[in-house]
Amino acid sequence: MDGEPLVRWYWIGDHLGYLRDLTLDHAVISLVPVLIALLIAVPLSLACARFPRIYQPLSAVFNVVYALPSLAVFVVLIPYTGLATRATVMVPLTFYALAVLLPTAVDGLRSVPDSVRQAATAMGYGPWHRLSAVELPAAVPYLMAGLRVAAVSSISLAAVGALIGRGGLGYLFIDGFQRTFPTPIVAGIVLIAALALVTDLLLVLARRLLAPWALRTGAAR
Amino acid sequence: MNWIDWLHTFFTAPDRQSGPNAITHRVAEHLAFSGEALLYAALLAIPLGLLIGYTGRGAVAVTAFTGIARALPTLGLVTLTVLVGGVGDTAILLPLVALAAPPVLVATVEGIRGTDPELRDAALGIGMTGRQVLWQVCLPNALPAVLAGLRTAAVQVIATATVAAYVGLGGLGRYVIDGLATRDFPATLGGALLVVLLAVATQLLFAGLIRYALPRGVRAQRAAGATVAHSS
Repeated sequence: MDGEPLVRWYWIGDHLGYLRDLTLDHAVISLVPVLIALLIAVPLSLACARFPRIYQPLSAVFNVVYALPSLAVFVVLIPYTGLATRATVMVPLTFYALAVLLPTAVDGLRSVPDSVRQAATAMGYGPWHRLSAVELPAAVPYLMAGLRVAAVSSISLAAVGALIGRGGLGYLFIDGFQRTFPTPIVAGIVLIAALALVTDLLLVLARRLLAPWALRTGAAR
Repeated sequence: MNWIDWLHTFFTAPDRQSGPNAITHRVAEHLAFSGEALLYAALLAIPLGLLIGYTGRGAVAVTAFTGIARALPTLGLVTLTVLVGGVGDTAILLPLVALAAPPVLVATVEGIRGTDPELRDAALGIGMTGRQVLWQVCLPNALPAVLAGLRTAAVQVIATATVAAYVGLGGLGRYVIDGLATRDFPATLGGALLVVLLAVATQLLFAGLIRYALPRGVRAQRAAGATVAHSS
């Protein structure tokens, strides 16, 4: 790589539309799984709070899932979901996000003090009504903190999908490496970090709107 | 073809038994390289974490720094360092250490800071010096958290080392990457399965270590270990 600068700006200028398309693709394959995981995590955590016995085995399973190397999981899924398809990347990312979101949601539901719970029961709330009206709102700051971790990890993990042919901005790493041309690699790293940063900021804003009390009490990490 | 056929093809191929592509050799390569990266990360992050955790200075910077580190794509870092630094294991070691250090650092800082303040006061009250408090009270108290951080880092390094086979690193990633390149699906799948086994074994090893490392007095009031996201 003699004399090749890290960034050749003309390449960036020539490929703006291309970079935009890759960024959008990356956002879809990394963030849609987080949304799906959220839709699964909320009812699942409610079930775990209602029936505590199912939480222990579930959390053990997700602990193992979380530790599985993403490339290995993508590869194992290829026979079912196909090479270079979105599903092969999005299915594992959903499970990784779920592994982060489920424990935070359950922690949030459990954060309600016993006295509050008893007060709700005394007011005539049944177990499900109490869960949805008292404990679920209390879990929002926790869920938002979990969402931030899940979304940022998902964005950086999705790039590995490029090795099996579907990784959004991750493709820039393969492209740059094969041509010994660092500009796309640098562009990819910067765009992925920027996407993660913007997503994180939006989630912080969303938390302020959804759970303004969390700032005062410092309930969310 | 089904799973059993694929795995049978993978495990019985002659070059998997001996030579540079043998399974035992690839596993040893993977473990040696991951261990080296983890060692450097620990040497870097644990002393720094003790310092930051004990003085309380720079804890905010640590949180911000690890947030950024989590957002960095491993594949991008390894391709870039190899292009800039040249093919070779040293160029790959650098991003691996950079990825493994933040979870260890956060866990150490949180472990030290998480020591019950009353415990610290009591230790000072019976005449311990600051250094003694750090080594004899805070460190044993933080040990499970530090080990949990090392576990996260170890699993992350094992995963990233697989990805790094793309830029020429040996180890189990070779089967996966070479298999993808040559459309040798049994090799890809067999390699992936071995990586998964290695990651699970590492988890179990650290789970055992954490149980063993927990001081008797802390065992009762044990808080959940620090959870740090992985990124590969």
